[in-house]
Amino acid sequence: MEKISKDQVKHVAHLARLHVTEEEAEMFTEHLSSIIAYAEQLNELDTTNVEPTTHVLDIKNVMRKDKPKQWITQEEALKNAPDHKGGHFRVPSILE
Amino acid sequence: MSLFDYTIKQLEEKLHNGEITVEELVNTSYGRIHEVDDQVHAFLTLDEEKARTKAKELDKESDKTAALFGIPSGIKDNIVTKSLRTTCASQFLDNFHDPLYNATVVNKLNQQKAVTIGKLNMDEFAMGSSNENSSYEPTRNPWNTDYVPGGSSGGSAAAVAAGEVLFALGSDTGGSIRQPAAFCGVVGLKPTYGRVSRFGLVAFASSLDQIGPITRTVEDNARVLEVISGHDVMDSTSADVEVPTYTKALTNDVKGLKIAVPKEYLSEGVTPEVKETVMQALKVYESLGATWEEVSLPHSKYAVATYYLLSSSEASANLARFDGVRYGVRSENAENMIDMFKKSRSEGFGEEVKRRIMLGTFALSSGYYDAYYKKAQKVRTLIKQDFDQIFQDYDVVIGPTTPTPAFKVGEKVDDPLTMYANDILTIPVNLAGVPGISVPCGFSGAGLPIGLQIIGKHFDEATVYRAAHAYEQATDHHKQRPQLGGAK
Repeated sequence: MEKISKDQVKHVAHLARLHVTEEEAEMFTEHLSSIIAYAEQLNELDTTNVEPTTHVLDIKNVMRKDKPKQWITQEEALKNAPDHKGGHFRVPSILE
Repeated sequence: MSLFDYTIKQLEEKLHNGEITVEELVNTSYGRIHEVDDQVHAFLTLDEEKARTKAKELDKESDKTAALFGIPSGIKDNIVTKSLRTTCASQFLDNFHDPLYNATVVNKLNQQKAVTIGKLNMDEFAMGSSNENSSYEPTRNPWNTDYVPGGSSGGSAAAVAAGEVLFALGSDTGGSIRQPAAFCGVVGLKPTYGRVSRFGLVAFASSLDQIGPITRTVEDNARVLEVISGHDVMDSTSADVEVPTYTKALTNDVKGLKIAVPKEYLSEGVTPEVKETVMQALKVYESLGATWEEVSLPHSKYAVATYYLLSSSEASANLARFDGVRYGVRSENAENMIDMFKKSRSEGFGEEVKRRIMLGTFALSSGYYDAYYKKAQKVRTLIKQDFDQIFQDYDVVIGPTTPTPAFKVGEKVDDPLTMYANDILTIPVNLAGVPGISVPCGFSGAGLPIGLQIIGKHFDEATVYRAAHAYEQATDHHKQRPQLGGAK
């Protein structure tokens, strides 16, 4: 494929919720391009009839009763939070 | 001689007959840490007060039969410990002093009365092969502090090698237990995927991550694995498969053991010195009555590319939880919520973590998913099938753990691909989900340890241990100790 562009890198950074400076965008453009170019070697392999592996062992879905149990208290849930108020996590305004 | 030159079993006897106390064991640990850790930098957080209190309590107990009674241990800092700081060596979690629960493995160690000495350094979020991605002072190799200890569980391997703890837990996603064990001259096992509960392990790549023990001897390793293995209702990917008594598998008998040696493991990038050392090890196996033949893992050369696409994709999803809302360090420069997410993550994560999140987000993004992520999942199937086929005819696969001994600090930091290539011999094992161990098998001309990798069938850690133990007992590499400063 063609090289990854700096605009693509900025778009990916936005999707990943990362803030990148111009210099970082240039660096990641270079690194991602070389890693992706390296990954192109996988196209040497014909995988048309190969099933993708999502899990190495045969596992089945695990079900349990949907019963609530005591895990942590509200106080515990909030104690590591950078900001909280009235029993809730507090964040900066969502709308400008 | 240090008390940590004994095995857990020997220390157990000394504790039982009153020759030593847990307090002395814990003193040995902190004494050594205070003596050498400013050179090694294996520990990020010590739990000294609690450990010393626990030692006194344990010494008062009349029943000393627990499997790890009083044994000083270190925990990799991506394994959550209740009320004990857990940072994953990331600035994002620098203030995470008060985690709410213990990982299942930590509860299991506590049930068997092990003593937690502290939390061990690592590459940030387990992403790295040298410990240079720690956001704190990176761990150094105890054999020569100009060299890296490997990674990501570099702190775990270095702490055991330097005699700071008797065993440590690490995690292995693409070689992160075995590679540092090889570089530091200790024993490190990555169990079968599903053997050990991942509950409380901060997730990097969930389809690959496994917790495992790092020790000085195979016997100690088997003993710790017995304790931490087993099904856990808190981790639906932990397998409901019976846990054998691994220490009973250490029979010293490998007569008739069928060993496969992949030719790819003795070629690409493997230095002559490492190859020669492995050939010597195979001669030891021959003398013990085992046989070996050359085989091929034809898809192993695609493992690094496959691994970086899959693990980074999974990481990009797993690390989405670090948003600055519920825990961690929040940026103070944010204008709104989205900006707060972006700035908290950008200020909190190091470069390698960002690079992998970017790669993974790209590989999963619309228009590229099939070409990269799904393609890699298909190649993973081929890599797994290579192993399935070999294990129809052989008991274990043996080769080097790494293509080279430890490299110098700073040598590979500028080129991510060169760093990634170092994991070429360990990554296929994670992709196939099989167990693998690294045991010391000699030293390079520069005096750095070399590791022998032994790979087994799914849930056949017993055979891996039996093979590793027989080799270890026939050699004395595991008895060598690094010459760090201070009294030995």
